[in-house]
Amino acid sequence: MLRFDNVTFSYPGSAPALEGVTFEVNDGEKVGLIGANGAGKSTLMKCVPGLLEASGTITVGGLAVNRENLAEVRRKVGYVLQDPDSQMFMPKVIDDMIFGPVNYGLSREEAEAGADRVLEDLGITRLRDRYNHRISGGEKRMAAIATVLAMGPDIMLMDEPSSSLDPRNRRALINTIKGLDRTMLIASHDLDMILDICSRVILLDGGKLIADGKAADILRDRELLEAHSLELPLSLSR
Amino acid sequence: MDNAQRAMLDLRAMDELASMDSPYHRLSPLSKFLMTVVYIFITASFHKYDLTGLLFMVIFPLIGYQFAFIPVGTCFSKLRNVIPLVAAVGLLNPFFDRAPLFRIGSVNVSGGVVSMITLMLKGVFCLMASFLLMATTQIDDLCRALRKIHCPKMITSLILLTFRYTSVLLDQVSEMTQAYSLRAPGQKGIHISAWGTFLGQLLLRTMDRAEDLYEAMMLRGFSGEFHYAAGRQSSRLSWLAALITCGAVITARYINIPAFITSLFF
Ligand SMILES: Nc1ncnc2c1ncn2[C@@H]1O[C@H](COP(=O)(O)OP(=O)(O)OP(=O)(O)O)[C@@H](O)[C@H]1O
Ligand SMILES: [Mg+2]
Repeated sequence: MLRFDNVTFSYPGSAPALEGVTFEVNDGEKVGLIGANGAGKSTLMKCVPGLLEASGTITVGGLAVNRENLAEVRRKVGYVLQDPDSQMFMPKVIDDMIFGPVNYGLSREEAEAGADRVLEDLGITRLRDRYNHRISGGEKRMAAIATVLAMGPDIMLMDEPSSSLDPRNRRALINTIKGLDRTMLIASHDLDMILDICSRVILLDGGKLIADGKAADILRDRELLEAHSLELPLSLSR
Repeated sequence: MDNAQRAMLDLRAMDELASMDSPYHRLSPLSKFLMTVVYIFITASFHKYDLTGLLFMVIFPLIGYQFAFIPVGTCFSKLRNVIPLVAAVGLLNPFFDRAPLFRIGSVNVSGGVVSMITLMLKGVFCLMASFLLMATTQIDDLCRALRKIHCPKMITSLILLTFRYTSVLLDQVSEMTQAYSLRAPGQKGIHISAWGTFLGQLLLRTMDRAEDLYEAMMLRGFSGEFHYAAGRQSSRLSWLAALITCGAVITARYINIPAFITSLFF
């Protein structure tokens, strides 16, 4: 379970990027996080594995996020960063995919077997032995998601997982995510994807939680969305 | 392509070279590291007038490149920016050391000229040897090997991050110069008035990127250990190769082999 309790955060010298955000994500629940550019989605996600230190409390599977628990929290949480370039640091895709699992004690063979399964699920086995600096932006995005899936985290945070993907890869990603029985928090401007994957949606604006409810309700609410610089998902706008 | 971009590709291509396969690649990282260190120390220790003895030392890297299936030219083309710097170190010697050392025909060759040449050669040979190590060994494997012999975590992490940081830095330079030149058509390089902001921006952006990378590593359980690196097994063969090479290198230091061979015949 993932809990945010009155989470507040300001970047040094700026107005608060998050203000008193409170909600929880139950085990196995997939929650969409939506909001305009600068609403605070990425900031909220960075607080979970302790990359930013927010006031208030965040609990991950009953464990409060603080200095002492950091290693254990990070072990439970998989985080797909908004920028895949920052995520991939090994020469080849496969090296990157086994990096996490081996650090957490798996043998190389076990890690490679796990990585191969993930590559197959995502339909990107052909990227396995490619060099990270010689694949396209979208391919790198898929690979970055694969590195996190390969760690088999309890809770997954994904920041804009579908941006820069072509329709086929986007579909493969959506199907993979839907098939995973994990707790997920997905930040995205791709409201159709959110509608497809998530049962529940959180709407942020200016660092505040504006709405929290069933995806089908919030994503259908034209007035609410437009008041916060968003639009109806294409599939509902007819 | 601009310079930074080319350097970037070169640096990343090192990773590609390092993941090729050859008898030399297959040696264990530690044995290669040992050979390289011994070679560099011995080469650097040659007397400044011992040109003939030093010349013989080129044989070791040359053999190494053969076993690594890497043309020696690769080293010079990739290091073309560095080699002049290394070679420039001895340039002043001829002015300080004018005493004639020997004559070729009627020309007096001064000690300064000889010591300049030995210094340059030492630099170039050592570069050739270090390049061979980098081109045949993945940086993570090397760090892992160093950790195995109890090299402090701080040092191995520093080596790793420096390597990664350099590629991030070059990445940012090429991205920014590209963005700049797109909006300053027909201008060569970066105008002097923009240098200050350019460098400031570069520093900030690189620090951000480097921090992101470091965070990405921490998030996936990196703790300064290199279990994830493949780390070739240290086979008996690698140690035998290292032993023979080190023996030969040290022999070449104390016995002037060219002179020795000549003496056999005359
Ligand atoms: N490193 C930073 N330093 C200072 N302010 C920042 C920093 N990163 C983000 N902000 C500010 O914090 C607020 C929230 O940013 P955040 O990145 O969380 O938005 P977001 O919802 O992820 O937006 P997007 O959809 O564009 O990714 C914004 O007002 C932004 O300007
Ligand atoms: Mg964001």
